[in-house]
Amino acid sequence: MDTADFKTQDEIAWCPGCGNFGILNAVKKALAQLGKPPQELMLVSGIGQAAKLPHYIKANCFNGLHGRALPVATGIKIANRQLTVLVTTGDGDCYGEGGNHFIHAIRRNIDITVIVHDNQIYGLTKGQASPTTDEGLKTAVQTGGVINAHLSPLTLAIAAGAGFVARGFSRDSESLSGLILAGIRHKGFALIDVLQPCVTFNKKNTHEWYSQRVYQAAAQPDYRPADLVWALTKSLEWGERIPLGVLYQADPPQPDYSGKSGVDALAPLVNLVQP
Amino acid sequence: MVSELSIRICGEAGQGTQTIGQVLSLMCQNAHLRLFAHQDFMSRIRGGNNFFQIRISSRPVYAARSRCEIIVCLDKASPALHASALAADGLLIADQKKFGPVNLPETVPGAILDAPLYDLAMEKGGKDIFVNAVACGMIAGIMELDVSCVEKALRGTFSDKSPEIVDINIACARSGYEFAGRERRNGLYSVEPGDTRERSVVSGSEAVALGAIRAGCKFYSAYPMSPSTGVMNEIAARAKEFDIIVEQAEDEIAAVNMVIGASFAGVRSMTSTSGGGFCLMVEGLSLAGMTETPLVILDAQRPGPATGFPTRTEQADLDFILAAGHGEFGRVIYTPGTVEELYSLTARAFNTAEKFQVPVIIMSDQLLADSVRDIAPLDPGVKIERGLISREASKKVAGYKRYALTENGVSPRAVPSWVADPVYADSDEHNEEGHITEDALMRVRMVEKRYHKRMRLLSQEAVKPVSENIAGAHVILIGCGSVYGVMKEAAHAGGSGRERVGFIHLPQVWPFPAQEMAYLLNDARRIVTVENNAGAQLAKLLRRETGIKVSDSILKYDGRPFTVDELFHQLIA
Repeated sequence: MDTADFKTQDEIAWCPGCGNFGILNAVKKALAQLGKPPQELMLVSGIGQAAKLPHYIKANCFNGLHGRALPVATGIKIANRQLTVLVTTGDGDCYGEGGNHFIHAIRRNIDITVIVHDNQIYGLTKGQASPTTDEGLKTAVQTGGVINAHLSPLTLAIAAGAGFVARGFSRDSESLSGLILAGIRHKGFALIDVLQPCVTFNKKNTHEWYSQRVYQAAAQPDYRPADLVWALTKSLEWGERIPLGVLYQADPPQPDYSGKSGVDALAPLVNLVQP
Repeated sequence: MVSELSIRICGEAGQGTQTIGQVLSLMCQNAHLRLFAHQDFMSRIRGGNNFFQIRISSRPVYAARSRCEIIVCLDKASPALHASALAADGLLIADQKKFGPVNLPETVPGAILDAPLYDLAMEKGGKDIFVNAVACGMIAGIMELDVSCVEKALRGTFSDKSPEIVDINIACARSGYEFAGRERRNGLYSVEPGDTRERSVVSGSEAVALGAIRAGCKFYSAYPMSPSTGVMNEIAARAKEFDIIVEQAEDEIAAVNMVIGASFAGVRSMTSTSGGGFCLMVEGLSLAGMTETPLVILDAQRPGPATGFPTRTEQADLDFILAAGHGEFGRVIYTPGTVEELYSLTARAFNTAEKFQVPVIIMSDQLLADSVRDIAPLDPGVKIERGLISREASKKVAGYKRYALTENGVSPRAVPSWVADPVYADSDEHNEEGHITEDALMRVRMVEKRYHKRMRLLSQEAVKPVSENIAGAHVILIGCGSVYGVMKEAAHAGGSGRERVGFIHLPQVWPFPAQEMAYLLNDARRIVTVENNAGAQLAKLLRRETGIKVSDSILKYDGRPFTVDELFHQLIA
């Protein structure tokens, strides 16, 4: 399959130069490589600029409420385990409004791939602090600079028990599509936090800011993604140097929700009660 | 022999009054008696004071009486708390050796039966907990039942326990039975048997669970909250047998969103909660309205606001649920009044939700959830009407649009992956394909689709009000939900001697059956709503939808259910 197979006619509502374009391309590339037809894919989102992404991909879509993509995706995956379920969400949507669902979706180890467009700011509401905004950044609301601690979502995910935790960068669409594909192929909850500039509202964490700091963790001699302690330590690295790639991958993977709950032992639930 | 009898068992939380309740219900059924039983308990795991009350008769009974002919006290506090509920000729059974002397106030007409409940339990069972079996046996003896009635009930209740435990319980029950048999009661507590062929004892929570299962519910997600949790337990207990996945959500927001997700993917799904949890589900309700995703929610009401009375009963969520969710969209609210209706309307809720792609809310309450009645076999022939494009027909669909504009407002609903085209659903205002739009004309069409057209359709499908004795009645009672039982009994007992009392029960309050109500109340002399709330919410809804003003509302908002006697007294007053 080709990325053109996932093209839609919907007009894209993002700002020119937005990091979302790189993520959209990477998602399409990963789906093309996966090779499943659009009707067997389900994209779920909440609210925010990231949440519009499913409209720009030819695949099933449920664009629900702010912060609630994960429980909707969980329900869909339980209902039809044959669907490949992706969530496209943002740092505010997933780590702020939906924080509780984030923790518990990980604990369930539901087999979904969660792509977080992390631009460290609220874009659609025009520039307020998100859980991942760096301390000290001044906004229209945080006029004296952000005083709350910067959340490390990767650390949180590893601590909650996620079996696949990765970080990508919107400018490096090629590597990102590889991470997304690996996340989809991981049977269980997969988190891909994607660094992405907000060209309109975040004047600090720009393309250049990220480019100067990011590096591929896998290229380092000490790379041990199956080592929980190494992964936790690596996930906390932020500021001067920021690691990219798979930071934690459980080996062997823990049993996922479908296996634990008995969903796998049944026919897909959607087939049980025919019209 | 007497025509009816009420028995109350009281004790601390954790002493097993619920288990006694189950044994007594089965015991009375074994003795061919009709019954209604309810529970009154505190929001605590141990201590406090709880009771189980059962009303037994040769004819059908639908609600509780205020006074009891037999009150069994299993702790020190109970005699003082419950003596005032003793009926004339009543027996208050207390273990005075264990808990000290008991004196009945002069105003109480009954008598004390000093019974060594705990000594008998220790002697035959070696543990205090067997006092429950002793009490059950003693009641069987006082009622002059055959001892096999209680033995069979114990075997049924403890079927999952070891044979030794069952035998000890039976030995304890026998010693209680023999103790009771020492005195002649002359049939004072002996109830004439009735026709109990093919009847079984079912609780409200069980009825909802069975309705959902029969309707093909395959996914159930909820967050525990009294008094709704019973339904989740009942479904979980049958999940393996019926291929149902039950998931306890992290909160009610997750529960409702999981159910919406599963429903969108094509699976019949349900959630349940009580008022406080429903507050959290409200944005999900609005989401179901906007995305036209079928949704079934049970609200087992308890008194609010906020935490309120967690384990008690009220009907004060009506105003809230009528208006819950921002924006305008069609919805259906069922208000079943009996175990049978809890079953049939839960099953119907799935059909309504899917055929019309709307949220359906079933309103119950603690009284309905935790009470039991003997009922005829529940209809096994629930017809499943999914309103989906079948798998076979899906293969021929081309150019699918999730929100295609149609004459009646309902768009054909496809299961994602069954049709070749992608299915888009959106909480933003959307076009026919399901993509985000800001277009004013499309907005108007979509609002009309979700609201005007849907309400018209749903009104045509509304469940009709149920009425009895209203022709020529001096007073017509109106109620919905759990007040059905007391209204029915009041209508049969009549008012102050000369007055004829009729009643109308609404199994569905939204869309409101305005035409039917106007017709039924056309010649009414006096209209009185009966409501377990303070605001006369049903009376206000009736006026808003029909212009009919009630003469009066009989309201109760102390967290306890109406008894037959209370309503009767209020009608005479």
